[in-house]
Amino acid sequence: MPKNNNIQKVLVIGSGPIIIGQAAEFDYAGTQACRELKKEGIEVVLINSNPATIMTDKNMADKIYIEPLTVATVKKVIEKENPDSILPNLGGQTGLNLAMELAESGFLEEHNVRLLGTGTEGIKNAEDRQAFKDMMESINEPCIASKVVENIEDAIDFTREIGLPVIIRPAYTLGGTGGGIATTMEELEEIANSGLRMSRVHQILVEKCITGWKEIEYEVMRDSSGNCITICNMENIDPVGVHTGDSIVVAPSQTLADKEYQMLRTSAIKIISALKIEGGCNVQFALNPNSFEYAVIEVNPRVSRSSALASKATGYPIAKVATKIALGYTLDEIKNEVTGKTYACFEPVLDYVVVKIPKWPFKKFLTANRTLRNANESNWRSHGNCAELRSRLNESHSFFGRKYG
Amino acid sequence: MIGYLVLENGEIFEGERIGATNVDTACEVVFNTGMAGYLETFTDPSYAGQGIVMTYPLIGNYGVIPEDFESEQIWAKAVFIHELAEFESNFRKKDGLNKFLRDYKIPGLTNINTRKLTKLLREAGTMKGYVTSSLDNMTEIMKKIKDYEVGQVVKQVTTKQPVSYGKSNEKQIVLMDYGFKHNIVNSFLKRDVGVTVCPSTMPVERILELKPDGILLSNGPGDPEKCTKEIDIIKKLSKTDLPILGICLGHQLMALAHGFKTAKLKYGHRGPNHPVKDLENGKVYITSQNHGYYVVADTVKPEIAEVSHINLNDNTVEGIRYKNKNIFTVQFHPEACPGPEDTAYIFDKFINQL
Repeated sequence: MPKNNNIQKVLVIGSGPIIIGQAAEFDYAGTQACRELKKEGIEVVLINSNPATIMTDKNMADKIYIEPLTVATVKKVIEKENPDSILPNLGGQTGLNLAMELAESGFLEEHNVRLLGTGTEGIKNAEDRQAFKDMMESINEPCIASKVVENIEDAIDFTREIGLPVIIRPAYTLGGTGGGIATTMEELEEIANSGLRMSRVHQILVEKCITGWKEIEYEVMRDSSGNCITICNMENIDPVGVHTGDSIVVAPSQTLADKEYQMLRTSAIKIISALKIEGGCNVQFALNPNSFEYAVIEVNPRVSRSSALASKATGYPIAKVATKIALGYTLDEIKNEVTGKTYACFEPVLDYVVVKIPKWPFKKFLTANRTLRNANESNWRSHGNCAELRSRLNESHSFFGRKYG
Repeated sequence: MIGYLVLENGEIFEGERIGATNVDTACEVVFNTGMAGYLETFTDPSYAGQGIVMTYPLIGNYGVIPEDFESEQIWAKAVFIHELAEFESNFRKKDGLNKFLRDYKIPGLTNINTRKLTKLLREAGTMKGYVTSSLDNMTEIMKKIKDYEVGQVVKQVTTKQPVSYGKSNEKQIVLMDYGFKHNIVNSFLKRDVGVTVCPSTMPVERILELKPDGILLSNGPGDPEKCTKEIDIIKKLSKTDLPILGICLGHQLMALAHGFKTAKLKYGHRGPNHPVKDLENGKVYITSQNHGYYVVADTVKPEIAEVSHINLNDNTVEGIRYKNKNIFTVQFHPEACPGPEDTAYIFDKFINQL
């Protein structure tokens, strides 16, 4: 399907402030998107609250609004500029959330603004925890098994079903008081009983404990005709439990045999096909290191932090191609600019290894929590390509060593 | 221990010997771009007679996993890798790669400049080479390289006797073995279709005695034009009403049986990332490939057959559908292993015709 010529004027929502947890990767993606839109002869209106970005440079868009990224201001910009479309999936979570709010409130429809890329239903199914779980169940893709129970018998039954260890999370308690990890049935009884007692509503969540599993990600692209490719996969050297942003990540995966690699690749493609993603998408898996058992952790229905890593690692311009897909092109119509002859519909292979190492700005933020956990604390990363994994790791470490050693 | 790969153009690559360090051998040097799947690749009979350069730099990371083998042994004549992983990590691994190569008496080189070697092969095309520890007698080495020919290797890799897999009440097919990969058989067993693997030159009468519901022409090594006996048998099989599916070499042999032509690609398609367009539904699939020869598009006679699949990178023929017959063939590997499982629908399509 060629480009949709009804698209003449597009509003791009920028990534906002560069804060811990949301780094400059989104500026990189948004900038690529603006360039691509302009190249296609489309009028670009940009809104971003952060003037210190590349995308807010004068020549990146036709109109630039440096305004707070709130529903009210975006509404005002739409009323003033009358764009026919909005590109929400390249500015990180902020842009996506704003676009979703505007779509769900009916504002976009009222003003005849089309949402480019993945539809609202797909975004909702990926972002809403329960909707996502239901969808995964309907296509037989395993999520992390969990169940809300109100008595000890149900807790024991469910644990027997999913196997130990399990995490007990009591409902309505502060900071997880009364919860914990049970590795034996005795521990389960003890923790579940105390959890039930502590919970105001006498309710606990029993969840399969996957701490220590391998964390594997796939960067996937899909177009409106349903063609799917994986750009690359990545393996976190740290196991599940440490946020990807804080993990040492290598691309491609190092410890997966082809059987595991393809099992997860097939699953990632099944998932983005079910969500009807149009553009880039990131699928995160937890893989049991001692079996083929895996669980889908989450899906980002947009260009994400990992897309920037995947893009730099492979040379595949993910944001650019995602923009073209949003305009209606299919993967086999988009030229591969590296070769000039072939198309964007292929899977990059590497003859090197890429390592990403995080840097934590603890020197500047003295009171920041220094424990690695499931929220992102790092703000700067060293990327590098090298044929040898070991020398690359050493290089990255020494690079930071000089800075805060 | 230092070792060398001498190429037919006189270029020499130095590395460190691994595997069978006392075995010197000539081979046809080809490169494979897979980032995972070295076990499936090394044990794929289609590599018989060839030395494989792995473009991915770290090989052996997940060790040796016997259930991932695509045949009973390593068929490649030699392997060339950038770095051999010394500490393997995977819950299924049994051995390390070095021991595996030694066990099967396959020589290899590590610490060799695989990027330079691959670039050379891409520019100059597939070359013959010789693995050795000594460059003392270059005249003899160059003569050995010159005399080397992959030739007709199907007879080396094909089964000696028919072997049956899976008793199915549903359907039964005959697989003509030109060097089949295990996952082709598994792909049928999984779909409740039994398979009898037959020698590549088994006479048609004996094949028909087995009363198959369909015929599969498998993948395999070497130059398709050298398989004259096999082509004669395929000609006869094509005259029956039996549904036939050809994969890789099987695809090329079916084309030759109909008077089309095959030719050699400059450096082949070997890797898990080749985009193929199914011209019937317009969809693009990422396929696993391993071939040095291809069917020349211009020679496909339109009154007999039509091209059903093309390679998006170089527009070469990737599939042919034969008119008024239940015959279709593909150049890529729907059985994957290694590589993406996107084209497994080819098996469903074939089984629906049985």
